[in-house]
Amino acid sequence: MAGKTLYDKLWDAHVVRDNGDGTALLYIDRHLVHEVTSPQAFEGLRLAGRKPWRVDANLAVPDHNVPTTDRSKGIKDPVSRIQVETLDSNCTEFGITEFRMTDIRQGIVHVIGPEQGATLPGMTVVCGDSHTSTHGAFGALAHGIGTSEVEHVLASECLVQKKSRTMLVSVDGKVGTGVTAKDIVLAIIGRIGTAGGTGYAIEFGGEAIRNLSMEGRMTVCNMAIEAGARAGMVAVDDKTIEYVKGRPYSPKAGQWEAAVAAWRDLHSDGDAEFDTVVRLDASTIQPQVTWGTSPEMVVAVGDKVPNPAEEGDAVKSDGMQRALAYMGLEANTPITEISIDKVFIGSCTNSRIEDIRAAAVIARGRKVADNIKLAMVVPGSGLIKQQAEQEGLDKIFIEAGFEWREPGCSMCLAMNADRLEPGERCASTSNRNFEGRQGQGGRTHLVSPAMAAAAAVSGHFVDVRDF
Amino acid sequence: MEKFTQLKAIVAPMDRPNVDTDAIIPKQFLKSIKRSGFGPNLFDEWRYLDHGEPGMDNSQRQINPDFILNQPRYQGAQILIARENFGCGSSREHAPWALLDYGFRVIIAPSFADIFYNNSFKNGILLIKLDAELVEQLFKDVEANTGYQLDVNLATGTITKPDGSVIRFEIDEFRKHRLLNGLDDIGLTLQHADEIKAYEEKRKQQAPWLF
Repeated sequence: MAGKTLYDKLWDAHVVRDNGDGTALLYIDRHLVHEVTSPQAFEGLRLAGRKPWRVDANLAVPDHNVPTTDRSKGIKDPVSRIQVETLDSNCTEFGITEFRMTDIRQGIVHVIGPEQGATLPGMTVVCGDSHTSTHGAFGALAHGIGTSEVEHVLASECLVQKKSRTMLVSVDGKVGTGVTAKDIVLAIIGRIGTAGGTGYAIEFGGEAIRNLSMEGRMTVCNMAIEAGARAGMVAVDDKTIEYVKGRPYSPKAGQWEAAVAAWRDLHSDGDAEFDTVVRLDASTIQPQVTWGTSPEMVVAVGDKVPNPAEEGDAVKSDGMQRALAYMGLEANTPITEISIDKVFIGSCTNSRIEDIRAAAVIARGRKVADNIKLAMVVPGSGLIKQQAEQEGLDKIFIEAGFEWREPGCSMCLAMNADRLEPGERCASTSNRNFEGRQGQGGRTHLVSPAMAAAAAVSGHFVDVRDF
Repeated sequence: MEKFTQLKAIVAPMDRPNVDTDAIIPKQFLKSIKRSGFGPNLFDEWRYLDHGEPGMDNSQRQINPDFILNQPRYQGAQILIARENFGCGSSREHAPWALLDYGFRVIIAPSFADIFYNNSFKNGILLIKLDAELVEQLFKDVEANTGYQLDVNLATGTITKPDGSVIRFEIDEFRKHRLLNGLDDIGLTLQHADEIKAYEEKRKQQAPWLF
């Protein structure tokens, strides 16, 4: 019999019961909660007269609606304010720990889980947010859920699940200088497509993934959903354990050794069989820039905007034409000739300390180009902001002409005041270039933090390796 | 959840791949703390020419006459045919809430995004995956015939066309059972409360740091 994949091990450890109809009741160790997808779930609990099954498994934070400017005056938009206040009152009513807007621990839910040690290897982690796949970087089974399932987890600490198929994406060899986790994952999505991982749990492996820091692995797993896979994961190694050690929610001294011993098994067995295996040669991956309205519409920075006329599939060609019209681009335009209006460095994909450092290296001693209306850096959490300031990174950005903001989801999806105006073009370190995502009519190009900073100081896309 | 058994209704086409949940219901409407009232803002950025915000009187807004669902022939449609990877992107359940509130009970496409697929069934919307060629033929049929209707029967797993021809479809048994009976998932799960507690006790022994 073949060995087990990491996904098999995580699944097997969490089955409460086999329902006998192709589904299992799966136990959830950690439930992360934010203000957008939870109010209707709490209301459902109240209407049914139910209580949370296990209060201490939940951790809540407002992130989507919070302003990234001065917070002392609260939230200006009354509709956003009510949603955040509703989270506050629900957490108070049900006794759930919440890092409120003015707490230094507040931040993007997928940043603070790992930062606090609330995300641990071997856990099942869910949240009413598709980018929950981020937490799989710790050898955890983590995926996004809808509000009905948020209510289900609150009420029972379980989910009814059908087992996914398994896919190994192996990125073999080493990446070149200037090529980051973001470029790796965009290249993967470019290869397998935005629906390539539908129905699968993806394990990312290979030398290039093992060489990534935990921050880099989080970036890769974060975008598993943009390849269609609800869950992405990476095997546990020394880096994982080192990262987790000493965090507020991590196992304490008496339990640490046993936990580490258990975590050492969180990898796919050598003889495990995956349903699908995809291999990429890391040395061929270049810095990536998306040109269209789906993350799979991506090319290397040295390439040109593709031509729909050269696409054989009629539905795809039609989609490419629509994307070019929306993006205001001509086929065959060199990527480096596309000038931009705004720059956004942040989001659950790229707002960790390593991302901010990478952008600061480029920004140091340079100035944001004259044609850039706004270049903003939004740290993923209050603690990351504090650390960056201790390292003097805020001063580098401010001197270069960037705005240095308070933590939150910000212009990744523009639920707060940070957004693109119609027709504005943005170099963004976020995860989705969908129509209207960063503001109605806004045009998003997804890039790495270093590529975004390089675009900010150049006014157009450039190859960061030329810096 | 409202159960679904059988529906004969007008079909509307959404002829583009990778329709994402940001398009289905834009982010500004996610600020609502309710489950209802999203229908008038379904596909808001495609459907109207002006910018929509929560609290606006949508009946006073500028309709985009070119948007497919605004065409008179598709008014009252309750079945949507779509292309690959419908519902990709965000996990927002507001997407199926908006589709349902607008009136859609059935969506037929070659493929759906995983989270959207799950969310839809939990709200009584039947999603049917068919081969791309069959969907392509449906697009042609709908285009050619004003008032085109399909008769969808969940119990028999069949779609009957106006000419009497039948397309068969498959749905996971557990989804079919819950949808046919309008069952509440949480109630079903809590029937197994003792097993959940037993699991927790066992797990506390194996991995006490998780508790």
